[in-house]
Amino acid sequence: MTEMLKVNVDRRGGLAVIYTEGYINNQGGEEIARAAYDLISDDEKNLLLNLKGTKIVNSIGISILIEIIEKMLEIDGRLSFCCLTPTIEKTFHIMGLAQYAQIFPDEESAVSGLSA
Amino acid sequence: MARGAVLREVTLTLPMLPDMEIAASKTATALAEFMEMSSDKIDEVRMAVVEACINSFEHSHAGDQKVQIEFAVLGDSKPEKLQITITDTGIGFSPDDVEEPIIEEKLKAASKRGWGLKIIKGLMDEVEIRSGATGTTVVMSKSR
Repeated sequence: MTEMLKVNVDRRGGLAVIYTEGYINNQGGEEIARAAYDLISDDEKNLLLNLKGTKIVNSIGISILIEIIEKMLEIDGRLSFCCLTPTIEKTFHIMGLAQYAQIFPDEESAVSGLSA
Repeated sequence: MARGAVLREVTLTLPMLPDMEIAASKTATALAEFMEMSSDKIDEVRMAVVEACINSFEHSHAGDQKVQIEFAVLGDSKPEKLQITITDTGIGFSPDDVEEPIIEEKLKAASKRGWGLKIIKGLMDEVEIRSGATGTTVVMSKSR
C-alpha cells in the first residue's frame, strides 16, 4: 500500500549522511538500520539522519532508530538528526530521544555543528 | 469527553493488515483540513491515529482482525474539535498496568518498543481509554 522507504548515503570524510524518503515504519526502520550498520562496519562513527523526505514515522520505526542510537553509544559514536517535521521533532522530545541524539533544523547547521 | 453537535462524521472499518493505518491517517487529514486545522496540528492527529491503529493491530488479538474508526467533527456552529474513536474487539488490557516507557531504560532493554500510548497522549488534547474482556476503545480529540 505504501512504497518502501528509500535510503541514500553520502559519505564525506568523518561524517556520513543518511537520507530517507518515505514512511519510517518497521520495514523503513530496518532499511535505515541496514545502512547505519554498514557504515558502522566501515568505521563511520558520526552519522546524520536527514529526514527531509520523511513526513510520517511510527513508533515501531522509531524503536529501530533507538537500537541504532544504542549501538552508536556502545562504540562512542553519535547519531544526529536534521530536517525533521515539527511533529516528528515533538515526538522525539516526548520520547526523550533528544537527550541522546542531537537534532538540527537543517543539514547545513548539522554539518557545521558536527564538524566543530 | 465533552461533545458538541456532530457536524461531519466518517466511519472506517479497516482490516488489520500492514500499512492500513495510513488509510486512517488520510481520512483524519481530510477532516482536519475541512476544519482548517493548522498543518502542524494535522500532522499530530495523523501520527496519533497511526499509533492508535498500530496498537490495535499489534496487541488486540481481535478475532475478526478488524478495527473500527469513527471520526467526528464537533462544534456548536463551526468546527471546533476532531474526535476520533478507535475500537477493536480484542482481549483488552488494563491501561493502569501499562508501564510508561523511559528512554534510559529502553536504550538498555532488549525491546525498544511500547511508545504508542505515550506518543498519543503527548500529541492529542484529550485521550480516554476504555478496555475490557470484549475489546478496547480509545477516544481521542484535538481542538482546532
